[in-house]
Amino acid sequence: MIKTILTSTATLALVAGAALAEEVRVYNWSDYIDEDLLAKFEEETGLTLIYDVFDSNEVLETKMLAGGSGYDVVVPSGTFLQRQISAGAFQKLDTAQLPNLGNMWDVVTERTEQYDPENAYSINYMWGTTGIGANVGKVREILGEDAPIGSLELVLNPENMEKLADCGVHFLDAPAEMLPMALKYIGEDPDSHDPEVLAKAEEVMMKVRPYIQKFHSSEYINALANGDICVAVGWSGDILQARDRAAEAENGVEIAYNAAKEGAQMWFDQMAIPVDAPNVEGAHKFLNFIMDAENMAAASNYVYYANGNEASQEFLVEDVSGDPAIYPDAATLDNLFTTTPYPPKVQRVVTRSWTKIKSGT
Amino acid sequence: MRRFALIAVPYAWLLALFLVPFLIVFKISLSDIALAIPPYTPTVKDGFSALIQGLDFENFVFLTTDDLYYKAYLSSLQIALISTLLTLFVGYPIAYAMARAPQEWRATLMMLVILPFWTSFLIRVYAWIGILSNEGFLNQFLLWTGMISDPLTILNTNTAVYIGIVYTYLPFMILPIYAALERMDDSLIEAAEDLGCSRLTAFWLVTIPLSRNGIIAGCFLVFIPALGEFVIPSLLGGSGTLMIGKVLFEEFFNNRDWPVASAVAVILLLILIIPIVLFQRNQQKQAEAEA
Repeated sequence: MIKTILTSTATLALVAGAALAEEVRVYNWSDYIDEDLLAKFEEETGLTLIYDVFDSNEVLETKMLAGGSGYDVVVPSGTFLQRQISAGAFQKLDTAQLPNLGNMWDVVTERTEQYDPENAYSINYMWGTTGIGANVGKVREILGEDAPIGSLELVLNPENMEKLADCGVHFLDAPAEMLPMALKYIGEDPDSHDPEVLAKAEEVMMKVRPYIQKFHSSEYINALANGDICVAVGWSGDILQARDRAAEAENGVEIAYNAAKEGAQMWFDQMAIPVDAPNVEGAHKFLNFIMDAENMAAASNYVYYANGNEASQEFLVEDVSGDPAIYPDAATLDNLFTTTPYPPKVQRVVTRSWTKIKSGT
Repeated sequence: MRRFALIAVPYAWLLALFLVPFLIVFKISLSDIALAIPPYTPTVKDGFSALIQGLDFENFVFLTTDDLYYKAYLSSLQIALISTLLTLFVGYPIAYAMARAPQEWRATLMMLVILPFWTSFLIRVYAWIGILSNEGFLNQFLLWTGMISDPLTILNTNTAVYIGIVYTYLPFMILPIYAALERMDDSLIEAAEDLGCSRLTAFWLVTIPLSRNGIIAGCFLVFIPALGEFVIPSLLGGSGTLMIGKVLFEEFFNNRDWPVASAVAVILLLILIIPIVLFQRNQQKQAEAEA
């Protein structure tokens, strides 16, 4: 009897092992892909794709640092990727299995090298900027025709914010993006890790905090589109989604996205393979599939974010490739800055400062 | 031998589900933050002597240097205490009415109290966002009746947190009180009235003391989870709502500082152990009294 049980357990384990090898588990940001692509991948490779989503880098990082996440492909942003590489969370890519690497765009790969030297561990999926979304009609009504909708003056000058407060302003709940923005506004180095300089950013934020309705990283999409709020500091593609939802609803709301003219933060979402990925070969197949020019273009056409794939550009629709808010021109591109991760001690200062900005204590 | 086995079962349960997890968290709280998998040092892999030498109480000292932590503990205690009292005031009449209802209705009423559990807790809390927001059902209804002229701001304030906690934990208050009241012998009330008590005095002198254990059990069942509550304050509360659950989340996810997060959790547990011990003692007394 016991022998039978043992044999059947062993058989089950074998079957389970075999089934596992046929699966690829991907963990990506929510609302970040054209779902037709997922079916296409399964059809082309015969693998079963398990696609889960998250909505914050912090949640992903906690899973990565705990280990044993069970995912084959994950998508952290630049600074988070860099820290997780140093923690030993990822494995080097096997370029032999990635023939589509030739499609990548040097404008982007040059910049992602600061997080991932030689791009040894990751490929770029999408990139964008952090900027200002404004309900053009309402903002002009309140601040006049020459309202500075493309400038940090709009959201970091207390005089403007006081007038906008009743109409509603949302900020991202992301200190690593908001504090550099405040530093840029007062002409300091946005990538500063010096606690004294960071304290100046806190001062700027404390002056406008009474006029901020909410710190949140996704609610502003709907709030902007419905006309519930006037201004949001947010991510490019999200604000563009709000713009399109408002246009589709024909509710008279006109949303504009601007990367601040003083300089805006540029970020990169990178696909990488965890060090303990169960199906490394499948993970490479998925990366290669995503780097296919037409597939990557389909994803960008769907989510309104720029990608790091040069070959995909000929398949982009005009709405995406021709929009300077998505693919900035050369002058704007020069004006964008990137940041590096805070070391643990500075991270603590930043989080504490952010708690103070949000709660007043 | 049989006696030993009887004692061993609950102790094994306590050991596996309480003591072992607690020791793991306690050990992490004595470690240092590191950029590694897992993100602290030393780990068991470093060997036993390195493990013991690498531990210290630095993180607990750190908690005393920033007033954020004690403010968060105090404000959590306050929110948990007030919402427990509110839940008691709402829950007691419901339990009383259920226990007084005709026998054939009681099963249905009990079912109605438990029914909300069939829906996910998260969805029920989300539903309150729709009810309490400025454009929500409550404000629209009040505007429609003419009771208010401007929408009330309830969502993203502590009021919304109280509403959320009372709503979520109400069944935990009702059920033990109902159990106590249902067992009560009606003839005791009749006897009190025969002896000259008014209905109100009889309720105060007979019903309340007899349901005391139900009240205590209900209050603990609400207070303990409310103290560490994270979901309700983060969904319904505002940025000014300070609760230890939120601080814990920030330490763990935003600072990636598992050791400090563990230290916060250990202290939270110590705060909770006091009421739990009192609760246990009360249970024991009750058991002895009944025996």
